[in-house]
Amino acid sequence: MPALREPGARYAPPRVSTLGLRALVLVACAVGLMVADHRQQGLTRVRAGLSAAVWPLQMLVHSPVAAWDWARDTLRTRNELLSDNAALKDAARENDLKLLRLEAIEQENQRLRALVNAAPRDAERVQAAVVMRVDLDPLRHRVLIDRGLRDGVSRGQPIIDARGVFGQTINVGPMAAEVILLSDPTHAVPVQVERNGLRTIAVGTGDAERLTLPYLPRNADVQVDDQLVSSGLGGVFPAGLPVARVVEVKRDPSQPLAIVTARPAASLDRDREVLVLWVKPRVALPAAEPPAPAPAARETRAKPRPAAKP
Amino acid sequence: MRDDSGSPRLTLLAFALAALVLSAVPLPHVLDLLRPDFLLLTIMWFALMMPRTAGLAFAWAAGLALDAFHGVALGENALAFVVIAYLVHRFHLRMRMFPLSQQTLVVAGLLLIDQILLWAIDGFTGHPVNDWVRWLPVATGAALWPLLTGVLGRATVRR
Repeated sequence: MPALREPGARYAPPRVSTLGLRALVLVACAVGLMVADHRQQGLTRVRAGLSAAVWPLQMLVHSPVAAWDWARDTLRTRNELLSDNAALKDAARENDLKLLRLEAIEQENQRLRALVNAAPRDAERVQAAVVMRVDLDPLRHRVLIDRGLRDGVSRGQPIIDARGVFGQTINVGPMAAEVILLSDPTHAVPVQVERNGLRTIAVGTGDAERLTLPYLPRNADVQVDDQLVSSGLGGVFPAGLPVARVVEVKRDPSQPLAIVTARPAASLDRDREVLVLWVKPRVALPAAEPPAPAPAARETRAKPRPAAKP
Repeated sequence: MRDDSGSPRLTLLAFALAALVLSAVPLPHVLDLLRPDFLLLTIMWFALMMPRTAGLAFAWAAGLALDAFHGVALGENALAFVVIAYLVHRFHLRMRMFPLSQQTLVVAGLLLIDQILLWAIDGFTGHPVNDWVRWLPVATGAALWPLLTGVLGRATVRR
């Protein structure tokens, strides 16, 4: 009330009332931001910008631990290395054998697909990525990888490791991308029982060692030890990648659905290195003749890999 | 209104950055679950002892940085931080008078409010986490408060 102010007194602004107002405005801003972010439109760029801004800090967190890992690797004993080497050589020999057979089968597959006029299988390109040693929310199954927009990574791209499906990218920044793991409770992947082709959906549980298959009827033909592979539906994961192995099937007569749990094939909580997968026919396999639009699409991309075609 | 010099601001910024880094340092899973919200505690302390240095806008920006850092819904922590900073600003004269034990209890209450807000927002945005372990950081955060007041009080006393 300025009229009642004494002539000499200094006017003190009413701090408390503007405090409430400021709080209200900021809360409104935050709510607006959340709504915009939740709808997933327009904020992709803001997110990418913010992700670039916090990248140095994330690197700061990551580097010492990564350096420690590196040092431990460097200082391993000769015996360990020798035994590792022997084991890897064995594995490589085994894989070579499998690969020989695979090549023959792949060619046969191409011929058969041509016979029935089916589209050739999607070409794939992979790029290795390091899982950054940065702890995100412990209650959500997300990790950060060191590949982002500059490497051509986009949202909704499949991430695999050497044993199977790992997850998919959700937020992609310029330098890093956030990956949601198979085991996140909000993640679901369309799968198929390898033995009989039965299709269903595997949903995360929040436990890195467990997925559930909640949509199988009680009499569904699923057994313990069934291998689950991605079915290719949903358009994120290519068909045929190992996802999980069934570890438990409970059939409660009073329930219409079976309770099936599976163990992910990928080691979700231990991986240090993963692979980013490009499934769109960007680079054709040498033997496959891609459909017409593929080469044009390849040339417009940012970083085309040198073509392996003769 | 802002009559502080630049120096306490730099101190605040340094501690906030340190807290942000601490929030993501890789820890074994058990410790990760127990990890208190260092950034919120830092902001609470500065809002309590230097309310003009750590304003509401700073709390908001810090919350947004935490959101971006941890990849949660943008604005989630920003909202919670503003609410907590508002409460601390509103009652900072009273809270300063409290003995440390009582202050710690109030801090526990504020951390609980923060966690309830995050819980609600998680639910609204479709990532409900109802696991009881999400309430552990409230206890560890409150337990850390006496230590934090000691450390921050000593670090800022010569400014």
